[in-house]
Order: sequence, then structure tokens, then C-alpha cells
Amino acid sequence: MQDNGITPSQTVGPFFKYGLTPNGEYAWNDAFTSSTLTPDVTGDRIRIEGRVFDGDGVAVPDCMLEIWQADAQGRFADPQDKRALPNASFRGFARCGTDKDGNYAFDTIKPGVVPDPDGKPQAPHILLAVFGRGMLRHLYTRIYFSDESGNAADPVLALVPADRRVTLTAVREAGKPIYRLDLRLQGDNETVFFDV
Amino acid sequence: MTFIYPTDSNKAHPLPLSPDYKSSIKRAPSKPLIPMRHTLSELTGPVYGHETVREGDNDLTRQHSAEPIGERIIVHGHVRDEDGRGVPNSLVEIWQANSCGRYVHVRDQHPAPLDPNFTGAGRTQSDASGYYRFVTIKPGAYPWGNHHNAWRPAHIHLSVFGYSFVTRLVTQMYFPNDPLFPFDPIFNSVPDEKARARMVSSFDLENTQPEWALCYRFDIVLRGKNATPMENT
Ligand SMILES: [Fe+3]
Repeated sequence: MQDNGITPSQTVGPFFKYGLTPNGEYAWNDAFTSSTLTPDVTGDRIRIEGRVFDGDGVAVPDCMLEIWQADAQGRFADPQDKRALPNASFRGFARCGTDKDGNYAFDTIKPGVVPDPDGKPQAPHILLAVFGRGMLRHLYTRIYFSDESGNAADPVLALVPADRRVTLTAVREAGKPIYRLDLRLQGDNETVFFDV
Repeated sequence: MTFIYPTDSNKAHPLPLSPDYKSSIKRAPSKPLIPMRHTLSELTGPVYGHETVREGDNDLTRQHSAEPIGERIIVHGHVRDEDGRGVPNSLVEIWQANSCGRYVHVRDQHPAPLDPNFTGAGRTQSDASGYYRFVTIKPGAYPWGNHHNAWRPAHIHLSVFGYSFVTRLVTQMYFPNDPLFPFDPIFNSVPDEKARARMVSSFDLENTQPEWALCYRFDIVLRGKNATPMENT
């Protein structure tokens, strides 16, 4: 009888860069970049940037972050999303390694509204997976946006204690299409991670 | 096919905090993860086609002017879901040390030789039945300073996508009967013995190519069950 239990996760380790995020520094090409932008993509172009810290508040230089998001109309570039896909080449996925100071940055568009399982609107959000040395499995979190009034009624944010919602909310820089969100893997201001 | 992703399946994964693995101590969350229902955001995932994978990207022995040093091997298997169905078009990326246990990564300080003919990175896409195949060099064990006389069992790192963002898997494939298993905190971070065994490839004599390469089979099982089973027993 075949054992169909899932294959367990193992850490991405310290040496993934040349394989997963070489970025011109190794003799290997990138499957993905830190940008989801495509020539035909519509919507507000934004940058999301920040730093990753460990439980001692020390910057984490060997994290890999991946984002997954809907387009500006709230539709996913996946045939499992049965709604029409107006942004023909928009993929909605990007990957980024942190630098020596723990910095990351994604260039993307502000996603639209995606319904929850009851059909209620979720505020614009981006899914974020965090991989790293010392992390035996990646962690899942979400990026929300400080300038979205829909956050107050978002069904997922509602599951999060009010004082921790700030860890999921990227803050818009005045006058620029740039949002900042630092990630803390552990400690008092630890980022909220979801059990999905 | 509509898929569901029971969170119960996640019990096969390591606990985030495994103190024997020193790096986990300051990088594991200290607060409980917050459960939530999967929405369309979690139930969908990136779809990547052949344009991401170039011809020959699955052969790590032919990326340079000459062949790498070491034991040439074939690593193949199926990407499957929890019902045993093949997962087609799944992107599988691998990276690994060379035959001496040395990574090309600039921060690898192990005093073992680099091989100018081996980078150690590859990728492929599973076919319509979920089948994938790589040709590579058997990686060496390497020391890693986690504790006195710490050595990683030989392994190949794998990154796999499935049908949704929650099927995302990064894991390591080990080789059968490695004497280092009992001493490796990363391998043993998986609490369930049967789940640990699923990270170990099996020697595949049938697909070993005479006079050329040994073969190992490694099946990868991703989260995902049919939401509407045919029989309700
Ligand atoms: Fe390794």
C-alpha cells in the first residue's frame, strides 16, 4: 500500500542563492525576478520594501521571499480562477532574496479586491512566503496596505489581534508609490504568520 | 478537479523550533500561527510554462566545457498529490553541493575543492503524468559547524510548486542508508519516522543505465486532495 503522506519540508539552507536567486552573480539564470510587472499590466505600479530581522533584532541576510497576488481587478493568473483575465501576461508571482543588511524589495501593482469563501470582499492584499536558513518550513503571511479603507472590514485581518495588525500593514511613504514593511521572525513585534 | 488542502497534512512538517538545529532558535516564531480559511488567494498559485525551463536545464553535468568530477547519477520520480495523482507541469528546481561536498556559494568555507565544471543548479517541469528527471553528480557530505563534528548527510535541495500557493514545498532529498541520518538535526526535525522516510530516495536498479549512471527514484507528494471524492465511504 502506497504511503501518500506529503513530503516534509526542509530548510532552504544558507546556500540557495546560486540556484534560486542568482541575479547575475552565478553561472545560472533566474527563473523569477523581484518584479511582477509586465508591459501590458494595468493598475497602480508600486514598490514594497523592507528588512527582515531575527529574534535578536539582527538583520537576516539569507532569506528568500516569494509573493503571490491578484491583478488590479482582483483576478489571479491561474486557470483555477474561473473569471476572465484581462492582464494577459501578468503572472502575479515574484521572488526576492534579502541582501547583506536584510533588505528586500518587490516591484508590482496594487492588487484589487478578492472575495473570501463567503463572497465578502477582502481588502487588497499580497500573500508572502518567507524561507530562510534556520527555518525548517517557510512561513506564510500577508501584506496589506496602510491607505486602504477596506482593511477595517477585512475578514482575515479580523482574525488578528488589533495590536498585531500593524505587522501586516505596509506603510505608504508620503507622495511616493512606495510601501515599507519590515518582517520580524520572532519576538515582541513578531510578524503575524498564518496556519494555512 | 477542485482541490482542498487539509491543514492536518502539515503535521508531517518539522516543528519550526527544533533546538538541536541551532539556527532555528532565533528564527522560529514565538507566537502561535493564526488559523484561517483558505480564500481564492491561497487556493490559486503561479503557473509557469516551458519558457521558464530551457532545453538541458535538467542535466547538471553538461553546463560547462567538460564533465564534472564525481559519480554521475539519474534522479527521477513523480510529483504527486495526496490522492496519488500525478501533478503535471510542476516546476522543480534543484541545487546541491559538488561531489566533494562544496557549494559554489561564496559563503561556503568548506576546504574542499570547487569543480570548474559543476555549478550545481538545475530545473525542470514535470510532464503530463507528473514525471520529472534530472542527470547530476552525487553530492558529497559536508561539515556545517552546528555542533561538534556536525556533518550533513549527502542531499539535494529541491523547490517545488504545485496547484496553489499553499502547496509550495522546499525540501531535501537524501540517499538510502546514509550513516549520518541519526546525527543530523535537520533530517530529524521531522518528528514522524514515516514522514522522514519520505525524504529518502530509493536506489532504482531497473532505471540504472549500464556503463553510464546509477539511478535514484524520489517521489514528491504535495498537499492537495480531491474536494469531491467519487465514493463516499
Ligand atoms: Fe545543503
